[in-house]
Amino acid sequence: MNDVLLSVTDYNIVYEVEQPVHAVRDVNLELARGEILGLAGESGCGKTTLAYGINRLLKPPAVITSGSAVLHDRDGTDIDVNALTSAQLRRYRWDKVSMVFQGAMNALNPVAAIGDQIDDIFTTHRPGMKRAERREESAALLDLIGVGRDRLKSYPHELSGGMRQRVMIAMALALKPQLMIMDEPTTALDVLVQRDILQEISELRRTFGFSVVFITHDLPLLLEISDRIAVMLQGGIVELDSADRIYRHAQHPYTQRLLESFPSLTGERGAFVRSGDGSQSNGGSAA
Amino acid sequence: MSYLGRKLAFYLVALWGALTINFLLPRLLPGDPVEILIQKLAARGPVTPELRDSIALLLGGDSDAPLIVQYADYLRGIVTGDLGVSITYYPQPVLEIIGQALPWTVSLIGIATVLAFLVGIGLGMLAGWKRGSWLDNLVPVTTMFQAVPYFWLALLLLYLFAVVSSVFPVSGGYDYVYASVGWNWDFIQSAVYYGTLPAITIVVSSFGGWLLGMRNMMVSTLSEDYIVTAEAKGLRPTRIMMRYAARNAILPSVAGFAISLGFVVSGSIVTEQVFSYPGIGSTLLQAVNNSDYALMQGVFLVITVAVLGANLIVDLLYGLVDPRTRARS
Repeated sequence: MNDVLLSVTDYNIVYEVEQPVHAVRDVNLELARGEILGLAGESGCGKTTLAYGINRLLKPPAVITSGSAVLHDRDGTDIDVNALTSAQLRRYRWDKVSMVFQGAMNALNPVAAIGDQIDDIFTTHRPGMKRAERREESAALLDLIGVGRDRLKSYPHELSGGMRQRVMIAMALALKPQLMIMDEPTTALDVLVQRDILQEISELRRTFGFSVVFITHDLPLLLEISDRIAVMLQGGIVELDSADRIYRHAQHPYTQRLLESFPSLTGERGAFVRSGDGSQSNGGSAA
Repeated sequence: MSYLGRKLAFYLVALWGALTINFLLPRLLPGDPVEILIQKLAARGPVTPELRDSIALLLGGDSDAPLIVQYADYLRGIVTGDLGVSITYYPQPVLEIIGQALPWTVSLIGIATVLAFLVGIGLGMLAGWKRGSWLDNLVPVTTMFQAVPYFWLALLLLYLFAVVSSVFPVSGGYDYVYASVGWNWDFIQSAVYYGTLPAITIVVSSFGGWLLGMRNMMVSTLSEDYIVTAEAKGLRPTRIMMRYAARNAILPSVAGFAISLGFVVSGSIVTEQVFSYPGIGSTLLQAVNNSDYALMQGVFLVITVAVLGANLIVDLLYGLVDPRTRARS
């Protein structure tokens, strides 16, 4: 299972404002099927812009100036994301690539029950499904993610931040996409809930075999869960390697500085080891 | 106690308070309705003391009784539908006069208010959704219509469309030569024809506020994260606009709509004056001009009940529109 799912070539995104901001420059990236790719970097380095570009979610003044993102579908067809018409784009979104947003607080519609928000996905993408089937599917998703089907009628404000993020992940799983883009999915959560959710993601990935682009500024977290890590600086990828090699032999000075900037509980300054529980973190990164 | 029960109890207390103020206010005012009626009658001939006594009894102006007894009588009167007798339309009972005037006002102003809300919200939703389109240019125009004094706008339209071009009738609620009041086709047709111009003036002068408010709420809602989520889910744009953006953006307007619905009954005075429309507004004006206290009190009662009723309905509906405002169990 080592074929390529997504190829991004010479990707450039510019915010065309008074003084144009070159947010993503000459990015080349290949994502394998079933791989977790970490995208790390400081705020404003372009990691979210890149991810949004892959889903064509960018709004003016952001413009994809050159390059292409091609998704190699399960059935063998290649989808050139930039060439999709708006109707095709809508079919592509969530069906092939789903997203989990940072805003555990705000990414869900506050006035709609979460069951209806999951139902929305099925009515749009699977118009053939009957009402009862949709409900059963939504309920099964909530069960799967550990929220429980009795929450179908709950509204976002009735759920905790962690539960909302789980609902978000349940929604992202709905159509069994091949790629899931996670934009800082655990940033607003406390470390324990964060750990639960990360484990959940790892397990789900093993069950369903989707790839993950995991965006965060938290490099140690990426070291735990990612197969490979791309470090971004000022719009470009400065280093892309396996998590293990990034951790042990970071080549680029910026990566080294990033690693050094996280305090260590034991050992020398810069000799960073992050393990709340050794077996868990090994399980995460070895997967 | 249930959510509904609590709400109803609250509104009952509010109604009682309003009724009590309605009772006290005229009694604190200077001037005696009995004297006024006697003066009117005296112009036509001599008034005997017996007549004077019977008028005082008739108007409930039995001011020798202690206030608490009057208050009890007043509440009993409201419950039994006895609101006294009007001086202006003597000897017609107040309830009957209000019964004749109310349908005119409620249908004209009510429909116009709802229309203004729907038009304003609809256009505002589109203007916010497609920010920078031609609809945005509509905003200053409609705000101008709202800024212009209503009576002036109404008079201008009346002059243009009724006097100069006579597309619409100049005054009245229906054509009393050809139609008689009742549920017949002639009358309804005539009432609609006569009501169109007043309704247009109300809609034109008030939908700008809804439009502006809705447009701006729409714009700020569109920057919310759940809109991006909806787009990433691949939903159709109309669905995102209705279910995600407008559904959230409309919430502040719904609360404003409740208030404006309450003023349907009372806010019609100028309209009905300009168009000589036979509704509650002109009745109230008549009552004030003739110091007709019983009629005034009756009209105030109707206005109070209308405001409270409209608020109660919207209050209950708001729970459906915004789940966050539902009582926590």
